[in-house]
Amino acid sequence: MRKFLQPVLAAVFGLAAGLGVTWIAGENPWHVLRILWGSAFGSSYDFGMTLFYTTPLIFTGLAVAVPFQAGLFNIGAEGQLTLGALAAASVGALWPGVPWPMAPVLAILAAILAGTIWGAIPGWLRARRGSHEVINTIMLNFIAAGLASYVTLYLLKNPDSQNPETRPVGTGYLIHQFGIFGGAPVSLALPLAIFAAVLVWILLWRTVVGYEMRAVGQSEPAARAAGINPAKMRIIALSVGGGLAGLVGVGEVLGNAGKFRLGFSPEYGFMGIAVALLGRNQPGGVIAAALLFGALHKGTADLDLETEHVTRELSLVLQALIILSVSAEGLWSWMKKRGES
Amino acid sequence: MTGQLIASTLRVSTPLIFAALGGMFSERSGVINIALEGMMLLGAFAAAVGTLLCHSPWLGSAFGIGAGCLLAAVYALFVIRLRANQIVAGMAINMLAMGLTPFLCKVLYDVTGSTPSIPIGERFQSAPLYLSWVLVGASFLWLKFTATGLWVSFAGEHPEALDAAGIRVNRVRWMAVLVSGALAGMGGASLSIFLSSSFSRDMTAGRGFMALAALIFGKWKPLPTALACLLFGFADAVQIRLQGVAVWGDHPIPVQFIQILPYLVTILVLAGFVGRSRPPKASGTSFQKG
Repeated sequence: MRKFLQPVLAAVFGLAAGLGVTWIAGENPWHVLRILWGSAFGSSYDFGMTLFYTTPLIFTGLAVAVPFQAGLFNIGAEGQLTLGALAAASVGALWPGVPWPMAPVLAILAAILAGTIWGAIPGWLRARRGSHEVINTIMLNFIAAGLASYVTLYLLKNPDSQNPETRPVGTGYLIHQFGIFGGAPVSLALPLAIFAAVLVWILLWRTVVGYEMRAVGQSEPAARAAGINPAKMRIIALSVGGGLAGLVGVGEVLGNAGKFRLGFSPEYGFMGIAVALLGRNQPGGVIAAALLFGALHKGTADLDLETEHVTRELSLVLQALIILSVSAEGLWSWMKKRGES
Repeated sequence: MTGQLIASTLRVSTPLIFAALGGMFSERSGVINIALEGMMLLGAFAAAVGTLLCHSPWLGSAFGIGAGCLLAAVYALFVIRLRANQIVAGMAINMLAMGLTPFLCKVLYDVTGSTPSIPIGERFQSAPLYLSWVLVGASFLWLKFTATGLWVSFAGEHPEALDAAGIRVNRVRWMAVLVSGALAGMGGASLSIFLSSSFSRDMTAGRGFMALAALIFGKWKPLPTALACLLFGFADAVQIRLQGVAVWGDHPIPVQFIQILPYLVTILVLAGFVGRSRPPKASGTSFQKG
């Protein structure tokens, strides 16, 4: 029971505290809540946009969750997804003539590969050089942003546009968008994300590698005693995480923009941390939490226009407060004790 | 040219030194401080607001220090009292600062990007630079020669022994985390009212994490940590200097490659040297009286 109750309560705590912040800023919290709800679920287009934001959050949530199961904290999903999207767009821009079923497969593989490499680097550094993955993944985020900016502005610049973006990909690369969302770019990337979550579940709970990864996450000495190689598991876990983050590029490049746009991600990578933690680092939980944060992201986007003081950054504040609520072990054990007595 | 580069290295190292010293107290007491970045960011913002309000950089930096302490208190509440995972809660604190600063900026100045610019006469000229090195010396003496400094180390190495001696471990950790927040706040202040003329969004740009790297490279000791900060500061100064300079032929190196230099240096330094440095034994674990 606690398994479900705790995240739900944490989300409610976080949301309430966040609305408290808006009240301090001079807004009516009830008004803010109504805008959030209406903007996230008010029409089929709004709901479509919520699902559009949910899609990358499932990928980044999984990208944080898999390494977390192995005891690693992947703050690098932002860099991994940047390079994944860039790789997909580069393949599509360099070979625009590839025909349909093959083209998206090629681009998806490129996205996975780029993300995997960007995840494997901090995995290797942690496993072989002992340097902490939190610092390295943050540094790699900045490096990825620099590389993406270079490729976009110097190598693959779109000559027909003033915006910092690459040339468009060939039409064979574009994937199907569902028509029922009033034009919101909900594409095949959404079922792909859910499929990825199922694969992650199988990997973690139905394979030997997954079992060994979780063993390393729970206790390294015990895992070592059982003959498991922790270094190898760490590299695998962060590589898988990186590959999953790279898949964000599928929805953005193949399912929405048709090109790589600098700064397309409103920190999906950071949001993935909140998604993973609220989802208790389990694939099913990640999907549910991604939907919540997708809705919050869509909802807060309209706060800029609809309120006097509250801006979309409220979304970050809400995420932070929810993470804090989830993580407060002492609070939960205290509540449990009260509940039992 | 060399003289300018040295001066610039010293200047841009200043925020790193404050933050790294802050991280050092926290980590020596057994609390990992991933939240340095957020404390710096909120400190930078509060210092800019305070200076605009009071027209004095000293009063402004008091705002920055206060803001750093406040955020550190929230962090301490969660990781010490509520036994939250230190890395998870630290990251949440960073996100809180990333979200709160544009939010407050909008409330106060009606823009989310940056605060109004601070006139040059009301900014620091060089005081934070000297102050940071004075604090390096003071930290060394404090940790080495005073009883309270010793408590901090014991809280991180042998919390049970400290507890047996009748000192409350979690109280020592609270103090260390608050000091850490104050120093990170001052680090942020030296970004916004010493190195620049205003607060701008996400202006810390990973410096809190570089400070952590410097701290690890410096083996959790004041002077080596400060020297590591100088190394990262040097990479940053070179980066600023190289922008637009033609190194071979007529082609300047693309600015993107130059800008990633400090981040690359951080990774390489950590990868090359961290194997030989050891964190405080009880670092990262919450202490509960048995």
